[in-house]
Amino acid sequence: MDAVFLSRIQFAVTTMFHILFPVLTMGLALYLVVVESLWLMTKQEIYYRMYRFWVKLFAINFGIGVVSGVVLEFEFGTNFSHFSQSVGNVFSPLLGFEVMTAFFLEAGFLGIMLFGWERVRRSIHFLATCLVSFGAILSAFWILAANSWMQTPAGYKLVNGKFMVTDFAAAIFNPSLFARMGHMTLASFETSAFVVAGISAYYLLKGEYVDIFRRSLGIALVMAALFAPLQVYQGDVSGRQVFHHQPAKLAAMEAHWETNIKGGAPFAVLAFPVMEAENNLLSIDIPDGLSLLVTHSFEGRVRGLKEFPKKDRPNVFILFWSFRLMVAIGFVLLFVMVWAAVLWRRGCLFSHRPFLRTLLIFHPLGFFATELGWVTNEVGRQPWLVYNVMRTAEGVSPIPAGNVIWSLSLFLIIFIVVGTSYFYYVLKAIRTGPDMASPIPPIQRPAGMQALRDIKTR
Amino acid sequence: MDLITLWACLLALAILLYVVLDGFSLGIALLFQAARDEEERDTMINSIAPVWDANQTWLVFGGGALFVAFPMIYGVLFSGLYIPLLTFIFGLIFRGVTFEFRANATRKGPWNTAFFLGSLVAVIAQGLTLGGILSGTKVAEGQFAGGPFDWLTPFSVTVSLALIAGYILLGSTYLLVKTEGPVQERAYSKAFRAAWVVLLFQILVTIWTPFHYPSALAHWIHPPRIYFIWVFPLVGLLAFYGLVQSLNARREVLPFVFSSVFFFAGYLGLIASIYPYAIPPSITFQEAAAQQETLRFTLWGVILVLPLVLGYTVYSYAVFRGKVRKEGYYPH
Repeated sequence: MDAVFLSRIQFAVTTMFHILFPVLTMGLALYLVVVESLWLMTKQEIYYRMYRFWVKLFAINFGIGVVSGVVLEFEFGTNFSHFSQSVGNVFSPLLGFEVMTAFFLEAGFLGIMLFGWERVRRSIHFLATCLVSFGAILSAFWILAANSWMQTPAGYKLVNGKFMVTDFAAAIFNPSLFARMGHMTLASFETSAFVVAGISAYYLLKGEYVDIFRRSLGIALVMAALFAPLQVYQGDVSGRQVFHHQPAKLAAMEAHWETNIKGGAPFAVLAFPVMEAENNLLSIDIPDGLSLLVTHSFEGRVRGLKEFPKKDRPNVFILFWSFRLMVAIGFVLLFVMVWAAVLWRRGCLFSHRPFLRTLLIFHPLGFFATELGWVTNEVGRQPWLVYNVMRTAEGVSPIPAGNVIWSLSLFLIIFIVVGTSYFYYVLKAIRTGPDMASPIPPIQRPAGMQALRDIKTR
Repeated sequence: MDLITLWACLLALAILLYVVLDGFSLGIALLFQAARDEEERDTMINSIAPVWDANQTWLVFGGGALFVAFPMIYGVLFSGLYIPLLTFIFGLIFRGVTFEFRANATRKGPWNTAFFLGSLVAVIAQGLTLGGILSGTKVAEGQFAGGPFDWLTPFSVTVSLALIAGYILLGSTYLLVKTEGPVQERAYSKAFRAAWVVLLFQILVTIWTPFHYPSALAHWIHPPRIYFIWVFPLVGLLAFYGLVQSLNARREVLPFVFSSVFFFAGYLGLIASIYPYAIPPSITFQEAAAQQETLRFTLWGVILVLPLVLGYTVYSYAVFRGKVRKEGYYPH
């Protein structure tokens, strides 16, 4: 239990906790932009009520995202000071830009978005919603630029062990940025769409507030229909990126030990990899499958893990299974959308009870996939902190392990308390249901508004 | 002015903005225990609800600016001040989640406590951090080389107490601006008491600092700094006088203004005591700075973006100007 291992665990715990919240922030903010556009364009009161309901969830979620995020900014310095001081020249501006251009934007307009109903015009409020949404996505861009730089470093040169920047554009737009940005953004949108769908399904199953939740579900399913297939495609793009730039990681993800010299590399659907023995105890393979997947040819050469020195290999068992489970979830969600398309053609999308129940049960799957994806990404980056250049063990702060035991224990306790409270209050807000009765602030009421009673209600 | 000095000024500005803006937010939380009833607490939280997050973001910006411009300070101080800095974070977490959780809770008691304690822990940790920096940090070959508790000294504990009083002053004077009636009336008496405690502590810390950190003493008694460093305590005393007068006269905005000036004066006096040492006693800003290219590139970002940020921050405050109305977290 040394400071290296403990710091790694702590960073993993803090990031895995934090990431859950921006995922929903990004997706829900986009969703709210759509809902508020509908309110502005159609002037139907129902969309105002929808917005006020979904923003309750958004607000609770956003707050925890913020406080858990500040942790990470500090953690680079507290636990990985060698790394921070070494790569600072190249790496830190990316974080600096994130705060200046994105975080301030979100924080600055959140107040108007949540509390400005009686104080600003409808268009200004809509602008606030849009800017918060934009800020969230921009934030993801910069953070992913920083993380991608650690995976596929560029735009620098090493001078006496210190990273000196040579080209900021190359550093920011490093080889894996676009693939990973696309993948993470889609993950957020897709995850959020299924969360909204699940909550909407809950109310439709109960038969309450049917008008609001039919519409909510409809919008969520349109988003999911768009993003689920895109994400599968984007996953392939990301995978091929890893194949090109991080071959050891790819080999570990696929439990692919021997480089295929003649013929194609098999794709292991299921396997039990054993690191010490450098093989798989058992595996169910699709011949030539891996070559096809990453090189798009039947006989493409895929480097096996044995080509890399043992100290450069990441943990195969964890990677193989985290990757597969993530992909499995991706396909499950895709099949749910195929089912949705079939039901829609038949005209029973909002009333088919097994489908609604499935939506309800499956609603958190996106979060699991996101965590599994990040585990794949970061465990796969090991033993490197900056890929092929700096090892994780070289990056930690010169602090005693006792410090980290202290902080890690407290983080775990705090996250359990905060996480439990989060679920409790979110469920409470959801169960309370939409507020259909509070008067709409005068400044929000458009001329010619279609009030609720004007729409045929059920 | 060279890039490094410019960045040092930017960093100082960011931290100062954070201290004043989050100062009143934390201060209001510190006053939670002394509030009369839930309705008063609701009003107090509502007064900062729309702006607390943006206020806290100046901390994130300050940390970011530090990492960008002075990675050695970032690495060394964050390693050395591991315990107070993460304690600060823990406090901020509880303070932050309270805003949303309390709004949704039927039983507010536990969250009132979380709000108060979280903020108290955060403020104490800030004081220990500042005091710890002034107490000196061991550096070897550009890395932190000291022990995990170097920051814990009677001096840093005193700085914590001074900050508690200082933030209570900022918080109570902010309430004068945003509230009316009984809440405002009670804020006046709290501001009075806080003001005198703050003066006491400020004098104590001002006198103690040069003895705790001897190179500072030189700045106070030798040229060239002796020519301007005494301006800061002078301005501070004038601000204090203005503060007491405006409180007596039941002014609403001036007390907060004078409190802020008092903070500026103390803060600038502190910087004047330690400059050019970024990590007292041995590392200067020049030594700790990042590559010129990094400073230049990020400075462009600051020049282009920060005026916008300040602009919409002012706009946001303007939208919510005036006394706290019924919007905010309560009633929901």
